Amino acid sequence: MRGLVDLLGPSKVLGARADLVVYEYDGAVDTATPDAVVLPESTADVSALARFCHEHAVPIVPRGAGTGLSGGAIPVEGGVVVSFARMARIVEIDAANLRAIVQPGVINLHLSTAAAPYGLHFVPDPSSQKACTLGGNVAENSGGPHTLAYGVTTNHVTGLEIVLSDGEVVRLGGKAIEHEGYDLVGTFVGSEGTLGLVTEITVRLVPLPEDKRTLMAAFETMDAASETVSAIIAAGIVPGAIEMMDQLATEAVEAAVHAGYPLDAGAILLVEVDGPRDGLDDIRQRIETICRENGARSIRIAATALERERLWAGRKGAFAAMGRLSPDYYVQDGVIPRTRLPEILRVVKGAGERHHLRVANVFHAGDGNLHPLILFDLRDGPEELERAKAAGLEILTACVEAGGSLTGEHGIGMEKNCYMPLQFAAQDLAAMRRVKEAFDPAGLMNPGKVFPTPSRCREFVLAAAR
Amino acid sequence: MTATFPLPYPNADAPGEDLIARCVHCGFCLPTCPTFAVLGVEMDSPRGRIRLMKTVWERRLGADAAGFDDHISKCLDCRACETACPSGVEYGKLVEGARSQIVAVRPRSRIERAIRVAAFDWLLPHRRALGAFASISVLAKRLGARAVLRATHLRAAGRMADLLDLVPDRASASGPPRIVRARGERRARVALLRGCVMGSVFAPTNAATARVLARNGIEVFVPDDQTCCGALHAHAGERDRARALARRNIAAFEKAEGSERGRAPFESVDAVIVNAAGCGAAMKEYGWLLKDDPEWSTRASAFAAKVKDATEYLADIGVREQPRGLGVRATWDDPCHLLHGQKVREQPRALLAAIPELELIPLAEADWCCGSAGTYNVTQPDLARAVLDRKVGHILRSGADVVITANPGCLMQIQAGLRAAGSRVTVVHLMDLLDQAYGP
Repeated sequence: MRGLVDLLGPSKVLGARADLVVYEYDGAVDTATPDAVVLPESTADVSALARFCHEHAVPIVPRGAGTGLSGGAIPVEGGVVVSFARMARIVEIDAANLRAIVQPGVINLHLSTAAAPYGLHFVPDPSSQKACTLGGNVAENSGGPHTLAYGVTTNHVTGLEIVLSDGEVVRLGGKAIEHEGYDLVGTFVGSEGTLGLVTEITVRLVPLPEDKRTLMAAFETMDAASETVSAIIAAGIVPGAIEMMDQLATEAVEAAVHAGYPLDAGAILLVEVDGPRDGLDDIRQRIETICRENGARSIRIAATALERERLWAGRKGAFAAMGRLSPDYYVQDGVIPRTRLPEILRVVKGAGERHHLRVANVFHAGDGNLHPLILFDLRDGPEELERAKAAGLEILTACVEAGGSLTGEHGIGMEKNCYMPLQFAAQDLAAMRRVKEAFDPAGLMNPGKVFPTPSRCREFVLAAAR
Repeated sequence: MTATFPLPYPNADAPGEDLIARCVHCGFCLPTCPTFAVLGVEMDSPRGRIRLMKTVWERRLGADAAGFDDHISKCLDCRACETACPSGVEYGKLVEGARSQIVAVRPRSRIERAIRVAAFDWLLPHRRALGAFASISVLAKRLGARAVLRATHLRAAGRMADLLDLVPDRASASGPPRIVRARGERRARVALLRGCVMGSVFAPTNAATARVLARNGIEVFVPDDQTCCGALHAHAGERDRARALARRNIAAFEKAEGSERGRAPFESVDAVIVNAAGCGAAMKEYGWLLKDDPEWSTRASAFAAKVKDATEYLADIGVREQPRGLGVRATWDDPCHLLHGQKVREQPRALLAAIPELELIPLAEADWCCGSAGTYNVTQPDLARAVLDRKVGHILRSGADVVITANPGCLMQIQAGLRAAGSRVTVVHLMDLLDQAYGP
């Protein structure tokens, strides 16, 4: 601790108890208190810090805005949490080449706001985009509602500056779309801070669509809404976004934003199409017809930009509104083939009932990326979290068995690392681990994440063996 | 990590478990928090402060810990986080509760206690004392006291000079008469809060408020025996002192004699009108403030239900007389305790739109605090300055000639910031602007 202060100065290092307890959480359920928090202001600071930690064998855990949902920023093995809150500068907007260069602490939405005067935006729009940082987006390979048509973070990052665990500064990629050699940018995006620290990001900017149509359809049942999603895609339409909410989620969301979501519908679909104005209304009309054919009881089209904003504010604030329903929630992020939606949603419902927990659903239906929000109350005892996790595991197992995956956009972190063997064979994991060791031989970068750890995953392995 | 703090904090005002549990630590509040924008540390964000409260609740941290006091004190209590929060966390109640905990358990120096007694018990509740203090301050400022103070190069003297910067160029205690009759057919009858700072420094704004309401068919009376609303006390964690003032005000308004027909029951009063956003927000929360007082809680809730900001009331009842044109380039800055505290957003904008020829320029970050925040510019001068600089920058870039707002603290703070930046832009209360538009 003293060494860090000597190295970086007192204004960049936190160590008091009242300071450390507020860096023990993120947006999810896991907690651990760091030994120190460092707030670098430059790549040189980050490099000096990494060298110091390498020398003293101290783990380093990067943190953006702490909005993550898989415990990625939690110092589960102690060490130093590195907050990028003070590296939040947009370095360059290169409108002509459709690129921007940013520091990792820049808030996702701030980049799109800054690019708007050029008629551009940054496409990945996680629901937490008002708060989450681009560094965190790179770490988790974040998605968002509009990834259905336009891809996730990795499709929008072309270059990175990184600091390796020994303090070396390395540049990967650049502004060009393709680079010779290994695709190390692709390797880094989604590595959850386990390979190195990202200190600068080069991203693609995309022209804003000329126009949009946003449609909200209410259904009696989740099944009917799920069938509608498949029917839209089967008709050859790929909307910008197709989102689904169940009744419980709608209740919380409507209380928060008063967007006019019907409270008595079994399921709500939010569909957005964008692009050239010509033909947009035809597509909207076709979607409307498909919704009606599949039993939509009411359809509303956002008439103004403000109305569209309200509808999206509701959807994007859904997780954050869960405090209206329950003090704690555990969110899953499994992905399934879209056609299996009705079946897996029944598994979700069953898991909640079996464990006597309420489950709200709000998710990217077009991608088949589920987000069951399992509600519990930690004040009733720590076993409540265990019950929620047990229900979550049932859901994830079903997702993997259906040919899907453990996570769509939230990352594995320390929340699902024990479940990695559900998806990968031992040799698959060993190959991945060799990549980790190539970048971080000392194993100091965000330890205890992504890969199963013997200490924390023993029980899971035993349970799986039974 | 296992240390527990068995200190009992049997304080009914302490942030309760249920209020804390509403926070799901999603982080949506962080980008809206002015102190987080300046300091960039989680302890000085709403989410971090709630976590500190939770940690105290769990007895993993003492309520008397220096860090707890420091970070809770650095909060502006602007409540922008409440507007940002999808889960509806009532942050204002939380932070004021935490401050009351700190007041209860953390020892304070004799000087600080003396300052608190002087400010909270002598000055604020006594209109004449505050008026005299304001007059002396204005005089001292005019006579060049700031240059003298700064020349001493003493820290305390420099602070005093900074405070004199805030003092407006003139202070006036000449407010409206006890009753201002409605013009034309009477639509409503309201009681007006005089307010401590409004009544002793900005009393002409009170008179303007009454005139504007009367123009629109609303009779205004000013009850005797009313006092400071107690908002500053509550913000500082002095809840017992706030409660004492709240009880005096409720009693004063309840027995108010406004009509020529003699005593009129409080039930017949259509609203209690407040033109200081900070006071209105506090008075709308009298029910919460007195919730544990069996004798007063019902009365307090009934009273609170009648409290309306002047802009809110006038816009809702509807402007009856069309104001004349005012050819100014104006911008509106939301007082935090109007927008975030009282959730009043559209009404002042509607009133501005009703003034012909007025060019309304949108202000970037109009929903951000200016750094006044009650007594914050006194207790946290450096942070207040940083927050103010951001506000002044946006105002200068807007190109407006006049900034319109609706709270005395904001009026003084923003005007001081503009003056320091060498700008001639003036800051005007919306009721004064409307009064000017109506003309004599």
